[in-house]
Amino acid sequence: MPPAAKTPAFRQQSSVMLSRVAHSLYWMSRYIERAENTARLLEVNLQFLLDFQGLDDTKLREHWDSLILSSGDEELFEKIHQENATSRTVTDFLAFDLRNPGSILNCVFSARENARMIRDQISLEMWETLNELHLFLKSSSTADVWAAGPNEFFQQIKKASHLFQGLTDSTYSRNEGWEFIQFGKFIERADKTTRILDVKYHILLPSAADVGGAVDTAQWQAVLRSASALEAYRRYYVREILPWKAAEFLIFSDSFPRSLHYCVSQVDTFLCRILGETGARPRSDAARSARRLVADLQSLTITDVLKQGMHEFLEEIQILLDAIGDEVVQTTMFYPAESSAEEQQQQQQQQ
Amino acid sequence: MSLLSSPYDSGAFFDEMFEPGGQTVRPHYRRLAARLGTLPESEFNQRRAAVDLAFLRRGVTFTVYNDSEGTERIFPFDLIPRIIPSREWARLEAGLVQRITALNLFLHDLYHEQKILKDKIVPAAQILSAKHFRREFMNFNVPRDIYVHICGTDLIRDHDGNYLVLEDNLRCPSGASYMLENRVAMRRAFPTLFRSYGVRPVETYGDALLKSLLHLAPDRSDKPNVVLLTPGVYNSAYFEHTFLARQMGIPIVEGRDLVVQSNKVYMRTTAGLVQVDVIYRRIDDDFLDPSVFRADSMLGVPGLVGAYRAGHVALANSIGTGVADDKVIYAYVPKIIKYYLGEEPLLANVNTYLASEPLDRKYILENISKLVVKSANEAGGYGMLIGPASTKAECESFRTQVAANPRNFIAQDPIALSRSPTWCDGRLEGRHIDLRPYILYGEKITVTPGGLTRVALRKGSLVVNSSQGGGSKDTWVLQGDE
Repeated sequence: MPPAAKTPAFRQQSSVMLSRVAHSLYWMSRYIERAENTARLLEVNLQFLLDFQGLDDTKLREHWDSLILSSGDEELFEKIHQENATSRTVTDFLAFDLRNPGSILNCVFSARENARMIRDQISLEMWETLNELHLFLKSSSTADVWAAGPNEFFQQIKKASHLFQGLTDSTYSRNEGWEFIQFGKFIERADKTTRILDVKYHILLPSAADVGGAVDTAQWQAVLRSASALEAYRRYYVREILPWKAAEFLIFSDSFPRSLHYCVSQVDTFLCRILGETGARPRSDAARSARRLVADLQSLTITDVLKQGMHEFLEEIQILLDAIGDEVVQTTMFYPAESSAEEQQQQQQQQ
Repeated sequence: MSLLSSPYDSGAFFDEMFEPGGQTVRPHYRRLAARLGTLPESEFNQRRAAVDLAFLRRGVTFTVYNDSEGTERIFPFDLIPRIIPSREWARLEAGLVQRITALNLFLHDLYHEQKILKDKIVPAAQILSAKHFRREFMNFNVPRDIYVHICGTDLIRDHDGNYLVLEDNLRCPSGASYMLENRVAMRRAFPTLFRSYGVRPVETYGDALLKSLLHLAPDRSDKPNVVLLTPGVYNSAYFEHTFLARQMGIPIVEGRDLVVQSNKVYMRTTAGLVQVDVIYRRIDDDFLDPSVFRADSMLGVPGLVGAYRAGHVALANSIGTGVADDKVIYAYVPKIIKYYLGEEPLLANVNTYLASEPLDRKYILENISKLVVKSANEAGGYGMLIGPASTKAECESFRTQVAANPRNFIAQDPIALSRSPTWCDGRLEGRHIDLRPYILYGEKITVTPGGLTRVALRKGSLVVNSSQGGGSKDTWVLQGDE
């Protein structure tokens, strides 16, 4: 017998949400956000290389290596492509490869499969958007995409994700399901922003002469664009792009919707609502971690981050975010050990 | 070039749209014919493509097993509707109400006094040997005394246009979602025609279904919790399950979402356990509860049957209804109607031979190549022989099976199913159709005006099942007769 879930004190019983449904909403939301971020990252980096065609092979390798490293899937990549990180192999791996569970294709399929499982819970508009994206991906081959130029492809992914999130905003009731969708979206976005920043870390530090040079600036521009933050940055600072300013913006901005600070605040908000955390002192580890993270992002400065080492700082946040996500899943979604998926599928078909 | 400019051959069959000869349009199809006569083929094709695309986008699909590739497909849809005038429908409706009333009385009797067996109207051996007879439920009183809440009866029309009952589906009949989606598609494709025709709406189905489910709720609370229990996302009818759940605004649950404690059923929610009062189950009896039926079921809920027996939860349809839609019991339905209601059946059966009866068996074995042979408990067009269309070897194989296991087979005279004009490869051709109306038994019995018209798209084919190359049409029941 599974334990009964903690019943949050202020939650009305009238709006009943199945644990399985909550789980699917959460993953649907995470997967589509993940697909969008990967699409933007790849788009920006392919574009970047077009702007700097003079880069030598070593530089190019470093560039694409850094993308794989920041995705965290370097082992799988090596198994498939050995050490051959080129624009083609990396894009294939991150966008189209069905062997990579994090590829854009797999993310979209997973988002759509989760949506299908809770088809009755989401609006027709939300479902249609995911389903159409799914149909689009199934109808186009990788070769077609390359032939047409991958930018068009990334545009489609981004547009579908934006449409989906906008439709969610305007057609989904503000109930518990909404909290799971938002929680999933912001935890994924926070994680992706750390990874986008980390890409730059993985590109070996340029020699002193390069700092502030055309390539360095362009790289930081690319980082900002990977988070759709270039224009927001310019409006905020009204000055040229400086590495530490760009990092500061993506980590600490309290108003830009993809900054770490903003995303983590949202994670904290929705997490507390989901777990029914109303007290000044949180009861769950997840809420404690989130609270501490918010406090750090409110009080630290970019100097503190650079002193600690940006990579280490970002990695720590990634680990905390993982733990927060896991705990929320554990607390609200309790299932006995699953029987073999294959057997279960067979029985579902026999019916 | 309009749709009606090439000649139409109504063949030697009853055609829904044309009088014999294929020239004169029947009165209730005239306005449709006039519209099609002015519609250029190119525009018709555009509308057809738009409808297909809408189905795909909305995910109105079914799953084909034995198909390792795509798995999800849209149910082929034909834009030429099937039209039923009001007078004809009134007769059908009365016949369907009569039939479900009698079958419910029959089920109640079987699971209580068994008078009909004692009076030897139906041989006791036929019931006791029926696969879906659940002796565990003898003397159990089902909520509100209703066994079959949702029924989908398959009707066909013979050579002279008479409606005949082909099959009673009393367990988990499917297809109602396609009836509703087809209507949405047709409204989009032919908005003006719709307005002028006076088509009775089918959109009340969701509300009526919810009402009959609520009717079953135990008196625990003012706001009973109704759920739809699905086998899961890999089931061929999963689209329909989510569709109906949405129409009613009720949660859709899998077995693993439910748990039974002290004979009460709860669903696992993010806020803890919440009691469930009525379950619209789309899982067969066998899989419902591994502690009672199939022990290896991973789709069911251990303890569910206990909760049902204790009266803490209602199930629709009830357990054990399959005994009355067994293809052998089917042969007795006219007698069952007479026995309980003292009335003549308003809807006739197809002439049926029982292999378990010595004389009938002899006839079947000698004439197998002229008959349609069906195994008693298969559905979906599986386990069936259409004698006239089969090879000698296929007939031989069925002959052996029938002789070895007569209780498991029936045979029927082949019926030349009526045909409806259907758009095939750029022209209208006659294709065979059937009709599945949906009957709901709650506080009263309601028949949704319309239903699912299935069409055998393959030339000459009599098999309308979606798993065997069938498609569907919208079914218009008119306010009037033209």
